[in-house]
Amino acid sequence: MPNKFLLALLTLAMMISLPVAAKETAADNYKTYCVQCHGMVGNGNGVNVRDMSVQPRDHTDAKSMSGRSDDNLFKVIKEGGPSIDKSILMPPWGDTLSDDEIKDMVQHLRMLCKCKFGS
Amino acid sequence: MKFRTIVLFCAAAFSSVAFAADGNAILNKDCVSCHNLKGPAPQTLKELWARKGPDLFFAGNKYREEWLESWLQKPQRIRPAGEFYGDHLKRGDKHDEVDAATLKDHATLSREDAAAVAAVLMQLKPKSDLIAKEKLEPGTISEFMGEMVFDKFLGCSACHRYEADEGGLSGPELYTVAKRLQPEYIASYIRSPQAWDPKIWMPNKHVSDANIQKLVYFFKALNEEHHDAK
Repeated sequence: MPNKFLLALLTLAMMISLPVAAKETAADNYKTYCVQCHGMVGNGNGVNVRDMSVQPRDHTDAKSMSGRSDDNLFKVIKEGGPSIDKSILMPPWGDTLSDDEIKDMVQHLRMLCKCKFGS
Repeated sequence: MKFRTIVLFCAAAFSSVAFAADGNAILNKDCVSCHNLKGPAPQTLKELWARKGPDLFFAGNKYREEWLESWLQKPQRIRPAGEFYGDHLKRGDKHDEVDAATLKDHATLSREDAAAVAAVLMQLKPKSDLIAKEKLEPGTISEFMGEMVFDKFLGCSACHRYEADEGGLSGPELYTVAKRLQPEYIASYIRSPQAWDPKIWMPNKHVSDANIQKLVYFFKALNEEHHDAK
């Protein structure tokens, strides 16, 4: 019995010590990855936009953002603009953000636009 | 004659030992506060934001020694928006702008110190396995075709300058990149920025082998055009 307890304890300790990438908050991910193009306040006017052929989406524009479903937003963040027939300038973030982080990001965008799909 | 040879030999041996020791001493005294010399790369965003200059723990896999030596004597800004770029932004009339007042210039080293530091940095090669995977063929591309790949097909210009006043600002400028970096490093980094720097704000665009090769040629062509870029 004590051996079983010890084994369980060891297993638990190993699980805790496994290197698991910590989930970042959507606000922190937005600040790091999205602000460069979508801007400090999310209005599509980031520091990179001057020479862009296509203006990044204004995430505060409720009218435009409510035209995109959550699934559509998830897809474009993960797979990039061409995956929804939009610009190559929107890159895929699937190797940077986990699916959980992208789901959180979609909710963060809903907070920025103060809108829901179809509203 | 023999005595003179021995003296010269001893002097050379002594100077090479002192050379390496100085480079290490300078790095650990003056560089370590802004540069990570031991790794690993930032594993969290908080660590990423705290970084003030590029990680140097794999400098020997990354840089060209002659460029390092020369740049350290006359440093010029490579990242227009500094590092972390988000800490150097301000709101502008039309769009966000780089807040130049928050950017700091890099220290300038003497010729001797620059050579010593570069020599020590070039010994740091913990990621040679990634470099060995890159098989680049010699070749060229016209600047026009290279720009098509870089700008139109892949959208790299969104974040990187490919001329002194053309392109984005959140990434390092690339018109002198061929002079700065080893071609295999450039190829490997494009293939997977996260393999080098897990939290970096450059995405993995899954660029094909053929396009990676074309980008390396393009950077070489740009460097030849901008060989005197200031």
